[in-house]
Amino acid sequence: MSILIDNNTRLLVQGITGGEGSFHTQRCMEYGTKVVAGMTPGKGGTQTFGVNVYNTIVQAVKETGANVSMVFVPPAFAADAIMEATDAGMPLVVCITEGIPVSDMVTVHHYLKGKNTRLIGPNCPGLISPGKCKVGIMAGEIHLPGNIGVVSRSGTLTYEAVAQLTSLGIGQSTCVGIGGDPLPGSSFVDILQLFNEDKDTKAVVMIGEIGGIAEQDAAQYIKAKMKKPVVVFVAGATAPPGRRMGHAGAIISGSSGRAQDKMAALEAAGATIAPSPAEIGLTMKRVLAR
Amino acid sequence: MKIHEYQAKALLSEFGIPVPQGKVAATAAEAKKLAAELGGEVAVKAQVYAGGRGKAGGIKVAKTPEEAEKLAGQMLGTRLVTHQTAAEGVPINHVLVEKAMNVKRELYLSIIVDNISRMPVMMASEAGGMEIEEVAQKTPEKILKAYIDPAAGFQAFQGRKLAYGMNLTQAQIKPATTLMTDLYKLFQAKDCSLVEINPLVVTADDNLLALDAKVNFEDNALFRHPDIEKLEDKAQEDPLEVHAHELGVKNYIKMDGNIGCMVNGAGLAMAVMDLITYAGGSPANFLDIGTVNSTDRVVNAFKVFTTDPKVKAIMVNIFGGMARVDTIAQGIIEAHKQLDINLPLVVRLAGTNVAEGKRILADSKIKYIEATDFLDVARKAVAAAKGS
Repeated sequence: MSILIDNNTRLLVQGITGGEGSFHTQRCMEYGTKVVAGMTPGKGGTQTFGVNVYNTIVQAVKETGANVSMVFVPPAFAADAIMEATDAGMPLVVCITEGIPVSDMVTVHHYLKGKNTRLIGPNCPGLISPGKCKVGIMAGEIHLPGNIGVVSRSGTLTYEAVAQLTSLGIGQSTCVGIGGDPLPGSSFVDILQLFNEDKDTKAVVMIGEIGGIAEQDAAQYIKAKMKKPVVVFVAGATAPPGRRMGHAGAIISGSSGRAQDKMAALEAAGATIAPSPAEIGLTMKRVLAR
Repeated sequence: MKIHEYQAKALLSEFGIPVPQGKVAATAAEAKKLAAELGGEVAVKAQVYAGGRGKAGGIKVAKTPEEAEKLAGQMLGTRLVTHQTAAEGVPINHVLVEKAMNVKRELYLSIIVDNISRMPVMMASEAGGMEIEEVAQKTPEKILKAYIDPAAGFQAFQGRKLAYGMNLTQAQIKPATTLMTDLYKLFQAKDCSLVEINPLVVTADDNLLALDAKVNFEDNALFRHPDIEKLEDKAQEDPLEVHAHELGVKNYIKMDGNIGCMVNGAGLAMAVMDLITYAGGSPANFLDIGTVNSTDRVVNAFKVFTTDPKVKAIMVNIFGGMARVDTIAQGIIEAHKQLDINLPLVVRLAGTNVAEGKRILADSKIKYIEATDFLDVARKAVAAAKGS
């Protein structure tokens, strides 16, 4: 099994006709993802890679039964795109777009309240259930089907972790990038809960970074509820305070948001800390051997 | 993005919030003239992008225009070092000359977006004038909060709650509520990441006034505020960072070490910095090169590395996802054609189009040290930086 996406996923791509949207739509199709619809206002009625493009999501859902949306819309229009998918009743929206204004995301979160849509991202690589379905921009070939869940705020650092796992023969159930923004749609806790309930996920790799308190929240959840081992790395132990390290959410303000404090909280909650980012795979191997 | 205090106060004023009378000066003579116009005691305040100015000698009171001239002369053209700046400090190119105020009480007021509730939150405290983090640590009960529903906006009752909570007098409640409402209007209208009035003072004649103000803007929203973008004072930023940003190498942050780092992805870039430090080395910068669709950005990143006199080795670590490894490889070759690069280069490539990328580099005449994984790349870069 896996979480969130699998062989039953029917993907709609918002911004399918743009440069990145079309490039990654093709990569997803090559991986085996069923891309059933595209959406670009004004391009309805055309086709891209044999996929029908629609003007509105409501129409696309009605005609294709799409149940997951992937958003590649530019930052100025991305909030609107997420809300349109929500309005159309899309159960899962994965927003890849980086650079959405925080005030737009405040509006999105307000709009999402009480609705049945789960948002992953923005500013994230998406997610993949190896061997089944890829909704994102990660290189599919580094993944291996298996029983380890991966959840991370970082894109490329996740690829590193996955490559380490795969090279040790440790496969993954689903890898979820929750993104580097300060107001993510799904938190570590949201995804840990899903892995906790997924009977084919045996252990979880969690990759955090400086800034915010999402890792501390995860520590509380792990301590109270998590039934499966969690291996953790938190990036940015050597980052200077007060500077935004690439990700909008990665900033140490005063004494809060430091990597050391996050790792300490997670260790105290029972998670196993990988001593360096190069040893995430090995640490998981040791934990599984216990 | 940051702006100076005098610009922040102009914005507050535009939104109806009372600020002391004052103007900005670039020379000592101007400062004298302004002080004479204002009359009486004036404050001379260094305009820099850093807090902690008072303790560092960046805020002084002058009794006469002549004294204002002298103080401004002592500040202008120097660099101010505070606990928030790097050791070399930040340049003082402007001073704000302001009417000195008789102050009865010092309060605190700010708005940020709260990551947990995902709403803007207004924070108020009676313990103004201090750093709010210190207040939060020692006496958290002294910080009052009002969460602002994004659809409803800031409500008068929230203003009253905070105003009564700060023990303002009955006559001050309404002006305080109006001030808070206006502050939220500013926060929203200009896509601020922070507005902070510290201290918000009660003057001797019982009026509320923003004695100091800080306004920061959300970088992601600057595209809809060209008027704000123009306010940025690049002299306050690190010159190498300014150079990098002008070349389109965004997400470049100058550090103190000697290894020029090019990495794709912010988390990976941080992790590589961690690995370099653990291996006994020190990064010259943080750089997330982002999604590379052309070779230009790679060439420009190398330009920045070669401009930094501290850099003794260059390290490239790319795990292609959005970024294509072959384009990066071509960029490295292009950089060596265009620039005079005599620094050791350590390269580790993985991910999308990796075979093609490796072949392109191997077929070129560039000398480089190949690394197999990112621990290897960090170690080899540390060794290379020490060896040259």
